[in-house]
Amino acid sequence: MSKTITDVVCPFCGTLCDDLIVTTDDEGKKILGVDNACAIGAEKFIHSSDHSHRVTRPRKMQEDGSFKEITYEEAIEHTAKILVNAKKPLMYGWSSTSCEADSVGHEIAELCGGIVDNTAAVCHGTTLIAVQNVGIPSCTLGEVKNRADRIIFWGCNPAHAHPRHMSRYSIFPRGYFTGKGAKQRKIIVVDPRPTDTTNLADIHLQVEQGYDYELLQALRAAIRGEPLAGDVIAGVPKETVYEAVDVLKSGRFGVIFFGMGVTQSLGKDHNIDAAICLTKDLNDYTKFSIVAMRGHYNVTGSGQVLGWQYGFPYSVDLSRGFARYNPGETGSIEVLKRQEADAIFVLGSDPGAHFPMRCVKEISRLPSVAIDPHITPTTEICDVHVPVAFVGVEVGGNCYRMDNVPIEARKVVEPPEGMMTDQQFLSAVLERVKELKAN
Amino acid sequence: MSEYIIKNGTVYDPKTEVKGEVKDICIKDGKIVDKVSSKAKSIDAKGKTVMAGAVEIHAHVAGPKVNEGRNYRPEDKLFTYQPGGKNTRMAGGFSIPTTFKTGYEYAKMGYTTVMEAAMPPLYARHVHEEIKDTPIIDEGAFPVFGNNWFVFEYLKNNEMDNVMAYISWLLKTTKGYAIKIVNPGGSEAWGWGENCTTIHDPVPYFDITPAEIMKGLLTANEKMGLPHSIHVHTNNLGNPGNYKDTLDTFKLAQGVKPNNKFGREQVFHHTHVQFHSYGGDSWANFESKAKEVMDYVNSNKNMTIDLGCVTLDETTTMTADGPFEHHLTTLNHLKWANVDVELETSSGIVPYIYDPKIKVCAIQWAIGLELALYSKDPMRTFITTDHPNAGPFTRYPRIFKWLMSDKSRQEMLKGFKNSDKVMAATTLGSLDREINFYELAQMTRAGPAKALGLTDMCGGLAPGMDADVVIYDINEGKIKDPEEIEKAFSAATHVFKAGTLVVDNGEIISNGNKRTFWVDAKVPTNTQVERDVQMKFLKYYSVNLNNYEVSDHYVANPYVIEVEN
Amino acid sequence: MDTVKLTSKVVPELYLEAEHISPDVFAGKSNQEIGDLSVHMGNQTYKISDYFTVEGKAGATAAETKIVVAGDVSKVKYIGMKMTAGEVEVLGNADMYVGAWMEGGKLLVKGSVDSFAGIAMKGGELIIEGDAKNYIGAAYRGDWRGMQGGKIVVKGNVGSDVGSNINGGTIDIGGNADVHLATHAEGGTIIVRGIAKGRVGGQMVKGDIYCLGGVERMMPSFKYDHTEEIELDGKKMNFQVYYGDLGERHGKKKGEIIYGKIYLTAAQPEGGEGATAVKSERKAKLSEKQLEQLATELKEMKEPSVQNVREYIKKTFGIDLKPMQVSRLIDSLSR
Repeated sequence: MSKTITDVVCPFCGTLCDDLIVTTDDEGKKILGVDNACAIGAEKFIHSSDHSHRVTRPRKMQEDGSFKEITYEEAIEHTAKILVNAKKPLMYGWSSTSCEADSVGHEIAELCGGIVDNTAAVCHGTTLIAVQNVGIPSCTLGEVKNRADRIIFWGCNPAHAHPRHMSRYSIFPRGYFTGKGAKQRKIIVVDPRPTDTTNLADIHLQVEQGYDYELLQALRAAIRGEPLAGDVIAGVPKETVYEAVDVLKSGRFGVIFFGMGVTQSLGKDHNIDAAICLTKDLNDYTKFSIVAMRGHYNVTGSGQVLGWQYGFPYSVDLSRGFARYNPGETGSIEVLKRQEADAIFVLGSDPGAHFPMRCVKEISRLPSVAIDPHITPTTEICDVHVPVAFVGVEVGGNCYRMDNVPIEARKVVEPPEGMMTDQQFLSAVLERVKELKAN
Repeated sequence: MSEYIIKNGTVYDPKTEVKGEVKDICIKDGKIVDKVSSKAKSIDAKGKTVMAGAVEIHAHVAGPKVNEGRNYRPEDKLFTYQPGGKNTRMAGGFSIPTTFKTGYEYAKMGYTTVMEAAMPPLYARHVHEEIKDTPIIDEGAFPVFGNNWFVFEYLKNNEMDNVMAYISWLLKTTKGYAIKIVNPGGSEAWGWGENCTTIHDPVPYFDITPAEIMKGLLTANEKMGLPHSIHVHTNNLGNPGNYKDTLDTFKLAQGVKPNNKFGREQVFHHTHVQFHSYGGDSWANFESKAKEVMDYVNSNKNMTIDLGCVTLDETTTMTADGPFEHHLTTLNHLKWANVDVELETSSGIVPYIYDPKIKVCAIQWAIGLELALYSKDPMRTFITTDHPNAGPFTRYPRIFKWLMSDKSRQEMLKGFKNSDKVMAATTLGSLDREINFYELAQMTRAGPAKALGLTDMCGGLAPGMDADVVIYDINEGKIKDPEEIEKAFSAATHVFKAGTLVVDNGEIISNGNKRTFWVDAKVPTNTQVERDVQMKFLKYYSVNLNNYEVSDHYVANPYVIEVEN
Repeated sequence: MDTVKLTSKVVPELYLEAEHISPDVFAGKSNQEIGDLSVHMGNQTYKISDYFTVEGKAGATAAETKIVVAGDVSKVKYIGMKMTAGEVEVLGNADMYVGAWMEGGKLLVKGSVDSFAGIAMKGGELIIEGDAKNYIGAAYRGDWRGMQGGKIVVKGNVGSDVGSNINGGTIDIGGNADVHLATHAEGGTIIVRGIAKGRVGGQMVKGDIYCLGGVERMMPSFKYDHTEEIELDGKKMNFQVYYGDLGERHGKKKGEIIYGKIYLTAAQPEGGEGATAVKSERKAKLSEKQLEQLATELKEMKEPSVQNVREYIKKTFGIDLKPMQVSRLIDSLSR
């Protein structure tokens, strides 16, 4: 016998598919199968339910670099102490967990005078900066499905990074006004390389690596009917630029999806700034929206909670008892590079794998703790590793999709016995911090 | 729970028709009572003003667009932050304060109940998450219905039972409070970059007009007997000459009688009327039509309005009226955020500087005040800024000052750069009426509470009501300088929230026990609507039906108002 | 004018935030009171006297007060923040936010500064004799009101994003400027005496940018309009005037569209793909022969690290490749 759980939310990418069907054994302990998910999403579930490779109790690094098991109480004490003793602790991650956990974490950071930063710092933070400069005309993914007849993928490769995006929302679905599905849509892909996504494109703008900004401003000038200097614009023949402009202007509802190909290449926020302005310009002719292809399944949610509690979406410095924000100063990468922090706390991300080597070295130098269901490059260089239950598999909680739509993740199986959830662990740390502060 | 007696304050309470009498107010177990035991803590309010906690009927304080506003305006926080304290979290922001600051600032001004004016159903969970993090004040949220595909289709087919069943389902699913209508049809048309600029403009592809949408929802609201009436922001907001559309909208409610068990007497509430009372046909000959609008309101007792007063600040406009925000960004070139929500609504955000040096802004300022001064019934005219659209709610005390002091208004009018033009386009200079404290209590307490169907719960000081009580350090008879008004109403000395002292000597000492109001309106089982909902989710929504409902644990301390029909 | 001299005693463990080092705050205070003013490191509050010796004397008003900052303050932020009058002189390097939100007076840094110097500046004079990093004279995040008045002079090189959203005042750069100069400008003047790297005036609406050392790669959305003789530093010079950014909205004055303008010294060729004034330094490349040699060498290395290969190339061929280039080379050669 087995149990079937429907409408399960996938805790992998920002697409946050919520139509998964998970089959578990009768006791709700082991996952037997996952339907509807992409290969990556399915693997997340199956993998987590195999407890044999998981660490189920906190571990502390010894002098010789090996780990020794400690109790949760000891881990709570360690975490509270390094945070309370630090002058400027960096609390990074918050993207692969629930909003409820984020909220508890923020209270700790507020009490300890730390910096709270999420993974936007190394992916879509530049998007958020651009939004702060010029706004963002956007829409929910359902609008794309129901109305869109022009789809632009810029610097992203959903075929691999957001595998169900194209079938659920962007290229293939048949919506209210888009009964013909893909036939009704024109696809433009901007990418310096041919990819599995460019294979689906009506027009592939093979931009010269690192010159997206020039191409975007050229498109904007072309829309205004202005002349363009040169026959080849940022690697794209001038005629193709004009051809693309015709396609964009002639649609009834267009949408630009963009990814880290533009957010982290030369120009960063300026690329997005220009892409948003292009979208805004196109609204003088037709209807256009732009949506960021957010990575971690709840990086968006972290930004939302930070937003309503402090007014800034990431890289928030609470050290002086009030919130400040200025990426370039308060972002994790700069803080670590410049050695501005004196302790590090990681939850719901893996900076050990994503950050530049200098920053990773700094993490290993500082008093540290990493909270993560898995063993990751980060947990291997931190003083203490606290394993916790898997959000979206072993514990529920609210998450925000790439278009900011909140979806409550479900619990499908029990975590290994005696394992804490991150919210429980954080709440215990918060209590301990309050006690330590009171003395 | 402890007992309190507030002694010798000058009490203004329209609910019990107390007009500035010196009397004691007793509090026990969270309620107003006739008397308390000798153990009651006594607070001396001699020479001070005592009123019920104020009720905010329309503000944008929680939810996706408010938060987008926060996140995309870091400059709004610059140098505004207050550090946390023993009972408070750090709090910042000016036009779009953080949730913590929202709760603290309302409480400090003596507001204890606040309605979030526009909740996109798909984002309802987000709204409730923010409400949960907003301390002290009771809150409710109005889901938007005016551009909803279900509503369009049922109304087009004249299926009133289905409309009601859907309304009931959506209120329950989103834990919503009332039917909000924003630019009916126009926000859907914005899905194609278009708009409905009059109430008879058909909605593209849906074969229905804004007038039909509003009339239909009004009928459903009264048939269902909901606590609040429909809450409308009509078409053509913010454009010269729009007062005609406003009057056309008002007429939809003409003669309709209210049906409810909550003491509500209106069938129609129009919000931020300042933005809808414009004459002229361009910004050059832009002028006030406040008198024309208020003449209608004064003679039709089945409707209420709120003002939407411009406070002449740098603020952030945000509305579910997507096409309006696009229009605004083409005027001021400031950053524009827009979110169209599948099957439900659109919304937009643009920062805006109401600069007193600019003629249009000064005229807008005058119109907001004129509306209040022309009003013959303060129980049907409520003070708002449509926060943060016409200005942040923290400026309410300044509006009170303007409304209560002709002198302060005249000084403003004379100080404008385009003083002559502003006076020519408005009649404010000739209105010497000064709102008194009793009228203020009507416009900010008893009136909005009654319009929301909460007249037996809040906004008054009758025994049995929630003990939301405020003490202001001001004496109506002894005001020498209008600035005293602004100062006193900015910082209540004491605020009780349901019997808990939350503000003591101007300091937040407790986070109270905030509640979330929502309305559970019972309707007969309707399998047709159940099937339609399932089909629409399967085919057109991007989330599954089973992940749509706001589960109970997201609703902070729920207070469910049940409506039997 | 009276002078207060602060001499740094210790280099802070982390970074020190010292927005109180400003004539406006010091004016009218005794040295004891100045020493008691707060400075901040992370969540800790200290006193100025914990980190500096205070000598001399403050004037009665900001305008009569000069502050000299001596010693190592390269880890001190916010010096001269929001100052409205008087003078500040930093003898060495300073960290971020020097003269941020400055409204008047004169601030001189003899060394170099980090990012965000003079952001949202409204008036006064900010002179940096060394180099400056990014966002000099830019707007604070999200604000559309960048530098609005005053003058910033950087004698050395500047980083990226200088003068973003500038709509008044002057930024004069003695050396080179990195990418994204004067983005979203709506006024003001920027002079680059060295080489401007590129993306100059992107999305600009209005304003003047003089690039005396040329622009490595012009935006495709700027068009050459005419050549004009203009007086700069008392010298008359011929400039090629480019109009843009053509992708952006532009206002009209007396029926004529007002564009942002880039002035290039006239020695450069006209038109063509982005009127390149200076050839960008060609990326160092290995010849076919060198590649072959490297491939053989790689086979011999067991696990070639980027660092090792880079050093090998440097030693053997005398070419210093960027680590990213090396990493790609290893990838392609080992295939």
